[in-house]
Amino acid sequence: MKTGVWRDFGLKDSEYEMIVALLGRDPNYVELGMYSVMWSEHCSYKNSREVLRSFPTKGERVLQGPGENAGIVAIGDGLAVCFKIESHNHPSAIEPYQGAATGVGGIIRDIFTMGARPIALLNSLRFGPLSEPRVRYTMGGVVAGIAGYGNCIGIPTVGGEVYFDRCYQGNPLVNAMCVGLLEADKIKRGRAAGVGNAVILVGARTGRDGIHGVTFASEELTEASEEKRPAVQVGDPFMEKLLLEACLELIDNNDLVGIQDLGGAGLTCATSEMASRAGTGMEIELDQVPRRETGMSAYEIMLSESQERMLMVVEPDKEERVHSVFRRWGLDATTIGRVTADGILRVRLGGEVVAEVPARSLAEDAPAYCPEYREPAYRQEALQLDLGAVPDVTDVAAVLPALLASPNIAGKEWVWRQYDHMVRTCTVVLPGSDAAVLRIRGTSKGLAMTCDCNSRYAYLDPYTGGKIAVAEAARNLVCSGAEPLAVTDCLNFGNPEKPEIFWQFREAVAGMSEACRVLGTPVTGGNVSFYNETNGEAVYPTPTVGMVGLLDDVELRCTQDFKRPGDLIVLLGETLAELGGSEYLAVLHNLVSGAPPELNLEKELALQKTVLAAVRSRLVASAHDLSEGGFAVALAECCFGQRLGASVTLNSAGLRIDQLLFGESQSRVLLSLPEGNLAALQALAAAGAVPLQLLGRVGGEKLQITVDSRLLADLPVTVLEDNWRGAIACYMK
Amino acid sequence: MKFGVVVFPGSNCDLDAYHVIRDVLKKPVEYLWHQETSVRGFDCLILPGGFSYGDYLRCGAIARFSPVMNAVVEMASRGGLVLGICNGFQILLEAGLLPGALYRNTSLQFRCRFTHLVTDNGATPFTGLCEPGRTLKIPIAHGEGNYYVDPETLSVMRQRGQIVFRYATPDGQITPEANPNGSLDNIAGVCNEGKNVLGLMPHPERAGEAALGSTDGLVIFKSIIRHWEDS
Repeated sequence: MKTGVWRDFGLKDSEYEMIVALLGRDPNYVELGMYSVMWSEHCSYKNSREVLRSFPTKGERVLQGPGENAGIVAIGDGLAVCFKIESHNHPSAIEPYQGAATGVGGIIRDIFTMGARPIALLNSLRFGPLSEPRVRYTMGGVVAGIAGYGNCIGIPTVGGEVYFDRCYQGNPLVNAMCVGLLEADKIKRGRAAGVGNAVILVGARTGRDGIHGVTFASEELTEASEEKRPAVQVGDPFMEKLLLEACLELIDNNDLVGIQDLGGAGLTCATSEMASRAGTGMEIELDQVPRRETGMSAYEIMLSESQERMLMVVEPDKEERVHSVFRRWGLDATTIGRVTADGILRVRLGGEVVAEVPARSLAEDAPAYCPEYREPAYRQEALQLDLGAVPDVTDVAAVLPALLASPNIAGKEWVWRQYDHMVRTCTVVLPGSDAAVLRIRGTSKGLAMTCDCNSRYAYLDPYTGGKIAVAEAARNLVCSGAEPLAVTDCLNFGNPEKPEIFWQFREAVAGMSEACRVLGTPVTGGNVSFYNETNGEAVYPTPTVGMVGLLDDVELRCTQDFKRPGDLIVLLGETLAELGGSEYLAVLHNLVSGAPPELNLEKELALQKTVLAAVRSRLVASAHDLSEGGFAVALAECCFGQRLGASVTLNSAGLRIDQLLFGESQSRVLLSLPEGNLAALQALAAAGAVPLQLLGRVGGEKLQITVDSRLLADLPVTVLEDNWRGAIACYMK
Repeated sequence: MKFGVVVFPGSNCDLDAYHVIRDVLKKPVEYLWHQETSVRGFDCLILPGGFSYGDYLRCGAIARFSPVMNAVVEMASRGGLVLGICNGFQILLEAGLLPGALYRNTSLQFRCRFTHLVTDNGATPFTGLCEPGRTLKIPIAHGEGNYYVDPETLSVMRQRGQIVFRYATPDGQITPEANPNGSLDNIAGVCNEGKNVLGLMPHPERAGEAALGSTDGLVIFKSIIRHWEDS
């Protein structure tokens, strides 16, 4: 081995020394490649593992926590829900369509690998400003790629979020989430148990695509990254549809001992992880691997990240049955090896052993680092917000339409109308409300799901930002009538070797952990995406939270839009003197500063319990969480669904008008309800010590906001709606 | 009466068609694998939506060579009822059972949304229960639903009543704004000369329960059942 060649593979000198010590010899080229991908941050979490331990991961309902392909939570009736979110940021930056499409393909495989039928997709997307042509190209490609994959495979894309900020211009974030449903006693795991069992590879042929994809994901983007386009894979959703159906058929028949998808680090990862989890070894004959091209070396076959491939372990007497099922689905399946007892992953090509290493050393023995951390210098300045220098809002009638047209707040229909969000006919709350809701066939139940993060808050204060991401996701679910169950997270950060970035990471995880503990939503899995930097500039810390909630009776679901003229409008929660980190300051004053809103988790929990009780007892006709844009934006959004106006009167109680109308104080929800239910709602709120203000009524064709007996806004709903609905389409024309 | 839902590799609305017939309409229904060579015993065949064979070529261009398609064509020629929805419509066009072709949407993007349809011909086996003047709220989900047919054929089709559904505003006006994909004359669905084969881009099986936002799609299935019971 030439000295230092491991550095080109992304391995540190100390890591190379560890490998030599583990093997008792120098690794050969193939082995070095295998260690380099398995010990990359993407596969080994070597920089993040220690910090992630602070997440609460246990709960009564948790059937599978972190460590497998996806987490699983029981939902009663013998059923369970399986879900996970994962990033595909760097591939999407370089090749938007295929990068996003293969991100969707990968997360779907993670779900059906566990034995679950994928029922829904969501995604969390972040781009630079839409005024930039390159950003529009990237967003167009990403959305088309998600649509191309999800629509073809026939899994509805039901929700998500899209944000825009200059920090994402060179490094967009594309996080894809999949939710699946399974019988709780049919969970499958990626375990190569049973010495002598067959190791079967099925799906697409192996090509030279995506080699070192995970290494690429574990470094910063630079101008040279364009040259890494070959590290991006190409997706084949049709192949995956066949794989999905065939694998679920086999799992249903209990024909498989273990199953795992081939994603990052390809065959190397699937073989070593499956063997390691079961404490076994594997002998693999690379000559048996169906290849797309001739002359592929062992190194290329072991590291290829060709998509739409699955590895499974099957008892010898079921081997023929398994092959016949795959044949019926028109799939190539090949027995490529056997499970062994010695714990060694032994790989042969052309009769020669080309790699021979302990499986566990690849999957489990990567070093763990505790990187240095230091509070970033920018923060002290950014947290200072001198409101004395910011004049209070005077023209609400002009500011509100402008804010509604800000791409971060504007309707995202341009995006979701490209996604088939109805296929499988279970989507009972379509995109556009606080959370999507799907019914569960054969039961009275439903599942609500959402993705959330406000990365501006996380930039200003990662601890609070992490807490708020969890709380807002849960709040969206309760507004839909669901009890929050558990969290999957996608932690998108810059280069963790920079102490300032690692400080952000630690703080955000600590904040999320605290919120998960108080709200009773354990983390069951997720993904860490570091190195989201372009030419040294990191994205905002973006700890995206994916959350799933349960409705015992899906008929008791709720949406955000006002339903009937004459209904009362009520605000639960307290509006504080807050404006820091708001969309209003960013859009109207070009300021990203000030402390983000406070979050008191005890108050948040009380609010959520009150809202959920109100929705479940059918007291309210609508429920909408207050987030970006604050009260006025939330109120306008409630008017759009049914084109119903509203008239409200507020008391400023010493707050500035901008704080009152556009501040983003947490733990607030806007409700509408028939007058006759007010007393019952007041009793519920009083029992939970949740502040309640009666503000006005639904009705008419205008949105009227009066503060301290001054009519500040008197705007036709249709005008507001046009601003909100048309903004993104207008940019993308 | 028994329905058959054909399953091509890549079909993904097969489940939804099956569900609406079995669980909502409570009628017998079975899946039919694409390699079947006989469709005996079925009174109405549904070619469901999806992406048969991935639709990497022209939509439906490969599926029409599936073994089952010979039996479908044969059944259609005997006057049997065949309903092609979305990708199923594309396959029927490729198989030559219906006239015309489907281009990419003029937006060049996939579109999933509710549309409103007016029934141009209420005298087919698929539309007998459609009330004149009442629009049907039924969603679409496709990237290639932009119907085209040459002018001569179009005028013949009009005379024969082969234009069955057209995109309209909720109150039944045929306008460019109501056209989601650029289809000629807002055409959403057409039938053959014998009126026993219907292809449409909108998904009636997605509009079968109030929870999904509309029950208007049931009118089409109920018309089929009424027609079969009457004949």
